[in-house]
Amino acid sequence: MTFEAHCRRLVRAPFQRCEEAFDRVFGGRHNPLRHLGALGLFFLWIIVGSGLYLYIVLDTGVDQVYSSIGQITEEEWYFGGILRSLHRYASDGFMLAMGLHLVREFAYGRYTGFRFYSWITGVPLIWLAFVSGIGGYWIVWDQLAQFSAVATTELLDWLPIFSEPAARNFLAPDSINDRFFTLLVFIHLGVPILLLAALWAHVHRIAHVDHLPSGRLMRGTAATLLVLALIKPALSDAPANLATVPAETRLDWFILFIHPLTDLSSPAVVWTALFGLTALLCALPFLGRRQPAPVAVVDPANCNGCTRCQVDCPYAAITMASHPTRPGYQVAVVDEALCASCGICAGSCPSSTPFRSQERLITGIDMPQLPVDALRAELEAKVAALAGEARVVVFGCAHGARAEALAAPDTAVVTLMCAGMLPPSFVEYALRTGAHGVMVASCRHGGCEYRLGERWTLERLSRQREPQLRGRIPAERLAAVFVSANDDPALAAALDDFKDRLRRLPAAGEPLQPYLRRTAHHA
Amino acid sequence: MLKPAAAIAGQVVLYGAFAAFIGYFATDPVYRQIPDDVAVLKVSFSHLGDRECRKRTPEELAKLPPNMRAPLDCPRERSDINFELDIDGQTVVKHVLHPTGLYKDGISTMYRRLEIPAGTHTFTARMQDNLKLEGWRFVKEETVELKPAQAMVIDFHPDKGGLFFQ
Repeated sequence: MTFEAHCRRLVRAPFQRCEEAFDRVFGGRHNPLRHLGALGLFFLWIIVGSGLYLYIVLDTGVDQVYSSIGQITEEEWYFGGILRSLHRYASDGFMLAMGLHLVREFAYGRYTGFRFYSWITGVPLIWLAFVSGIGGYWIVWDQLAQFSAVATTELLDWLPIFSEPAARNFLAPDSINDRFFTLLVFIHLGVPILLLAALWAHVHRIAHVDHLPSGRLMRGTAATLLVLALIKPALSDAPANLATVPAETRLDWFILFIHPLTDLSSPAVVWTALFGLTALLCALPFLGRRQPAPVAVVDPANCNGCTRCQVDCPYAAITMASHPTRPGYQVAVVDEALCASCGICAGSCPSSTPFRSQERLITGIDMPQLPVDALRAELEAKVAALAGEARVVVFGCAHGARAEALAAPDTAVVTLMCAGMLPPSFVEYALRTGAHGVMVASCRHGGCEYRLGERWTLERLSRQREPQLRGRIPAERLAAVFVSANDDPALAAALDDFKDRLRRLPAAGEPLQPYLRRTAHHA
Repeated sequence: MLKPAAAIAGQVVLYGAFAAFIGYFATDPVYRQIPDDVAVLKVSFSHLGDRECRKRTPEELAKLPPNMRAPLDCPRERSDINFELDIDGQTVVKHVLHPTGLYKDGISTMYRRLEIPAGTHTFTARMQDNLKLEGWRFVKEETVELKPAQAMVIDFHPDKGGLFFQ
């Protein structure tokens, strides 16, 4: 195991445990740890909304900038003051969400291969966020702003980028003029706009992006920030005075921690750490390079251009082009650089039905490492070998709970690359070829290795998404469970429970006709 | 997932913990930049070093195109600048500043931040901006009483008589 993989494993275990503990309280859909990117965007919109009002009331005169902010804090505490507090606390929340998002994606190893682009484009976002945050504190022009401005320029002066020391701009009270704050506001607006543009690039290669978290999570988070704003409103320190040095400052440690770090070490150490960390983040996709898995392959003869694979692909790896031999039709085209090799496309293809009578099942879009034909053959062989009064087929996910451990004479286990790879017709096929019940073990909500596998699986099985499970399938013979890699006991318990239920079902009234592919002409 | 009542209670606790975490680290712990009884001295200036110019003779001027007949012939390079600062008779800064620019024709700059005990001190600043000359061209000495957390600046500006304390 490489050092990088070892570090990742050390971080992953506790992070995953925390996520799963949060699942118990919030549920997967509303779990903040599973939606950190969307939560960060929500914080950003709070910052933008509250910032627009602060911009309107801000007077950029050197003497007025402090008083105009003080005025809205004290005289308009019920509106402007709350907005100011929300602006500050949402900024802190954004930094926290961004940091945790970075750690989470690292822990799950989501930075190599097709994820390279999203990872790399995320790195400048960190710089832009801190530039924006630090500059925002200067606008208040209180003692904290003075401390940060002097400390930042002293830090910048270590770099050979200015012809004159930037810290000379804050030497004495008369060093500052009105134009400084105009420039500062311009920067504080411009950098977040750059940040938004960079965010667009960051999610550019992801389909079905969660631009916002669930309504419940947004309401909970907004209410929390509001209560915090009322209990502990953001206040200014004493006005800045460059004739003195603020001995004590109430730092925002989420954004301004770099200043004490510089005091404790030196600008050289801090810049080395910053550039080193940035270089490490950029190099990580290359350090942890893994063997690329075979990507999805399209068979134009079996692709009818329905676009389902294009819609369902979590990474926008599939586009549609003109069919090479059928005029007026389209055909799916896979971008190898973007393909995650998850197989969700194969699960979405209407040609992936095992009821097709060909000896060799060729579907419209398939995975070379686990073709639908091989999946059907595996299922047929395992179902034929089942024995017992509650014969169950378990479709498991390679990234979730270890379903293989459940294999038994009455339990056939078929492991998929992702639960989203399962065409719903396989459920019916299993039931009509000898199984009494089918259990689909998908990852927890928000825990899918490929983002959307568990969501698409649930929607297909509950007949909300094409390809749907056919209506004739009795609900009592199907069980969908959502389990992570730490949930082996839960999966085993769910299977035992499912078997008990199957045993209690009346044998009579079975609505499904048995099916034998080799003698049938159609489904 | 927990039962609804327990889940709601858990959410309240976790949202509360989030608020407490954000609320606390947004302002605390208080950071002490300098000790109570310390003042800060900033020594900083931005100054062009001197250069030795030669007056052109009338013959030399006559040889030049009319639009280029500058009376002085000055080299492009600027001199290094020597700077020293004594506090209570003890030299604490001794620095040679080099001109910036590829051709050494830019300003020489300096920024140094020193923490010194509050109280009365005698500051002696010396600067020479032409190293071909002996001695110090600019000297400023002053006794100043510094209060705790006071920021004193030693700067240079030709219009203010050279070195000055602020």
